[in-house]
Amino acid sequence: MELQHINVKLLLGKPEQVDLDPLIPIFHEWIQDQIWDDLLLDVADYRHVHAGPGVILIGHEGNYSMDNTGNRLGVRYNRKAALKGSNLDRLKQASRAALRACERLEADSRLQGKLRFNAQELEISINDRLLAPNTPATREAVKAELIPFLQELLAGSDYGLSFNEDPRSLLQAWVKPLQAFSATALSRNLLPA
Amino acid sequence: MKTSNALWKQRLSGKLPESLADEIDIFETEVALKKQGKLEDRVFAETRLRRGVYGQRYDNGQRHDGKKVQELAYPNRELTKGPNTLWDAPGMQRIKIPGGGLNASQLETLADLAEEYSDGIAHVTTRQDVQLHYVHIEDTPTLMRRLAAANITTREACGNSVRNVTACPYAGVCPDEAFDVTPYMRALSRFLLGHPDCQNFGRKFKPAFSGCSQHACALTNMHDLGFIAVKRSENGQEKRGFEMYVGGGLGAVAYQAKLFAPFVPPEEVLPLAQAVARVYARLGEKKNRNRARLKFLVQDFGIERFRELVLEERKNLPPDPRWTEYLEDAEKFQEEPLNPAGQQPAVGSEAFQRWLKTNVRPQKQAGYMIVTVSLPIGDITSNQLRALADITRRFTRETVRTTVEQNFVIRWISQSDLPELYQALEAAGLGTPGAGTIIDIVACPGTDTCKLGISSSRGLAAELRKRLAEQSFQMDEAIQNLHIKISGCFNSCGQHHVADLGFYGVSRKMSGYAVPHFQVVLGGEWGHNAASYGQPVVAIPSKNIPEVVTRLTGCYAAARKNGEGFRDFVTRIGKVEIKRLLDDLAQPPADPTDHSFFKDWGDPREFGLGDHGIGECAGEVISSTDFDLAAAERQLFEAQVLWENGDVEQAGKTAYQSMLRAAKALVKAEYSDVGDDPDEIVAEFRARLYDTQKFFDPYAGGKFAHYLFAAHQKAGVPHTPDSARLLMDEARLFIEASHSCSNRIEIPVGI
Repeated sequence: MELQHINVKLLLGKPEQVDLDPLIPIFHEWIQDQIWDDLLLDVADYRHVHAGPGVILIGHEGNYSMDNTGNRLGVRYNRKAALKGSNLDRLKQASRAALRACERLEADSRLQGKLRFNAQELEISINDRLLAPNTPATREAVKAELIPFLQELLAGSDYGLSFNEDPRSLLQAWVKPLQAFSATALSRNLLPA
Repeated sequence: MKTSNALWKQRLSGKLPESLADEIDIFETEVALKKQGKLEDRVFAETRLRRGVYGQRYDNGQRHDGKKVQELAYPNRELTKGPNTLWDAPGMQRIKIPGGGLNASQLETLADLAEEYSDGIAHVTTRQDVQLHYVHIEDTPTLMRRLAAANITTREACGNSVRNVTACPYAGVCPDEAFDVTPYMRALSRFLLGHPDCQNFGRKFKPAFSGCSQHACALTNMHDLGFIAVKRSENGQEKRGFEMYVGGGLGAVAYQAKLFAPFVPPEEVLPLAQAVARVYARLGEKKNRNRARLKFLVQDFGIERFRELVLEERKNLPPDPRWTEYLEDAEKFQEEPLNPAGQQPAVGSEAFQRWLKTNVRPQKQAGYMIVTVSLPIGDITSNQLRALADITRRFTRETVRTTVEQNFVIRWISQSDLPELYQALEAAGLGTPGAGTIIDIVACPGTDTCKLGISSSRGLAAELRKRLAEQSFQMDEAIQNLHIKISGCFNSCGQHHVADLGFYGVSRKMSGYAVPHFQVVLGGEWGHNAASYGQPVVAIPSKNIPEVVTRLTGCYAAARKNGEGFRDFVTRIGKVEIKRLLDDLAQPPADPTDHSFFKDWGDPREFGLGDHGIGECAGEVISSTDFDLAAAERQLFEAQVLWENGDVEQAGKTAYQSMLRAAKALVKAEYSDVGDDPDEIVAEFRARLYDTQKFFDPYAGGKFAHYLFAAHQKAGVPHTPDSARLLMDEARLFIEASHSCSNRIEIPVGI
């Protein structure tokens, strides 16, 4: 199966301590400076909705956000444009994008060091219900794709893997490393050999 | 763009209503042809608009990022989807929801589409539509197919066409209605969709149905075509019918609809609508978009002549079985409840009681309630849409509708189900109280996503909502019940004309900086289907608007007389006093280095487009153009006061003079010797600012200059109350456009 439009979300530790106000100017700065190869376009602030998409940095190839879907605050990358290569390549691309955004936010002094990956939980979802309907068969197929990727991402460490089984939901995997990893450590694990 | 688009086409093949499937196939071909450069920009733009595919801010590939105008490096900058609209720039998809009616599976479809093609948010509009933002043009055919599979169309959601047919969301359950307008609304919506007589309009055409005249729920007075249900007795039998109205509309200059007929029998609703459409298509303005709405045609002909033309057209229409074939079922139409009628529980938490008070109202059917799901600025997440679908299945026969206040209502809730329903809504974050109160603020998308937005209507709405929510339950009840509506520009998508406290976005120069402002519009009437429109009082910097609300509501609470409504209070106190109350808020900040003042709510970028020419002493950098424009505004304010005092003639003359003054202010920047002769001012304005297009707005073009030319041409013609009021509205827009022009063109400080 072909996995496209991959989303990776890194859950934050102590989310109640994170002040989201500074994110608006931070994301605007990322646009001003066009900090990455992706084309960054606009900022959408949805903090007024309950358990929603939070603050989104809209991009052409993908969106970066401080996502609060399900009342679970995390740094999310949502790949919109199709990507060539293998499923492993695409999983790595989305993870790298989420991780670099998280690392940059962790280092931004305006967030006072309070925004931190919790080192224990990632969400990976496929934002296309036709390519990846949330069925038992697809979940099995995706699991097979995730295993080699997670082997690399978590440097061979053990992890828990479970899926959201609501058939209306996007196909969504929850990854829980048994060993704590910082965003930087995970990024390092994904560096080309 | 989604990789699954081709797969969706296969998957849904044969599963869509045939007419919709063909339409979408044609549109998909047009998208492909445009991509190959085989369709002209203007033609494709109207083609996509008629499918609800709209442009969005920055789609010309440029964005002021707070430091400079930045070119957005889209992969293909050569390819366009309309004039000055880049192919790859994300856009908005408008989705028509006739009468706001949705079932559970349709809610789920909207949830999936918002998640997969947009940003996880569906936005309910002030015309009961749903909009998705940041959508790629190449995904739109698939999105339309998935909607069509749920029996929803985007056809004619935008463009010069019949827009969503709206209706009172309480139709069928409202205790005050004459009868349920739902089946008539649906029949008209189906009948006019794609109708050949509706394909040659100069502008859009908006119909609405209301079940009664006293409430606001369908706002028929501000629609091109409005029907209000009435009953009358004929030969001892009660007959259904409609008051029919034509030629209403908000927009830059707001018009109240005129009564076309006091009683139109149901069998005449569709043919009369068709006849109106034919007259509009044949005689409506086509070249000048700014005078192309039906309201101008009705105004120009007068209602009597317009009525004659329509009735003549009606006589010549070839009979169509669709006019009447729905009528038998319409009489019998009645939604059914899922659960038996119940008793309202006497107890509950304080939060539950608050919610009961503001979000729940009785139906005309005993034992059932209508529940409003209050959405912050019309936004709902995909997960909330799914939760709402579950709730409507659990408690009703999927009877949910969107409202023009950007909320949902769930109908047919058994009173005894209210506690469980509240719990379910609360769990989904949908149990917020305050529906229909001062915190239930309506706002158009404004500068967030709209190309025409001047100030941040959503940013202001979110800020006001946050501040007011903290205190709303301690407020005087009269204040709680006020309506706030905000538009990002003069085009009224936020319906600021019909609010107690209305605001629309404008810009002004202060201390050499462009500063986001809102024009304060007071005293509109929301009830009686938007019976009268508010009037602008003063433009205030955006950052001071919360204080405006605090002062006005405080003053109202303190000084209102027994039971006095806000509109009456504003009239009694008078604009002069209200302006005095707010005048200090219109001034620049005491500290000219306080740059927060030059930014809009929710947007850290400095406002404006590179025209920040700050000098050594910012407070003194003011051109005489700015002074002259301020004087023109003062003069217009005097005109409004005259009008309110009944001196209609002088009000009209003063409004015209305020336009001349603004025109002269701009002319003087180029030709300081211009005199006071109106002919000279207008001629110089035409030659120096209109013919050169310096006055032209990037989107409105020369529209507002025509207001000056028309006023000059009609100078000396006696005024009626209506004509003076319209002239004041036009003068307001002309002065606003003069401010914008002054901001755009470099005017030396010494002038």
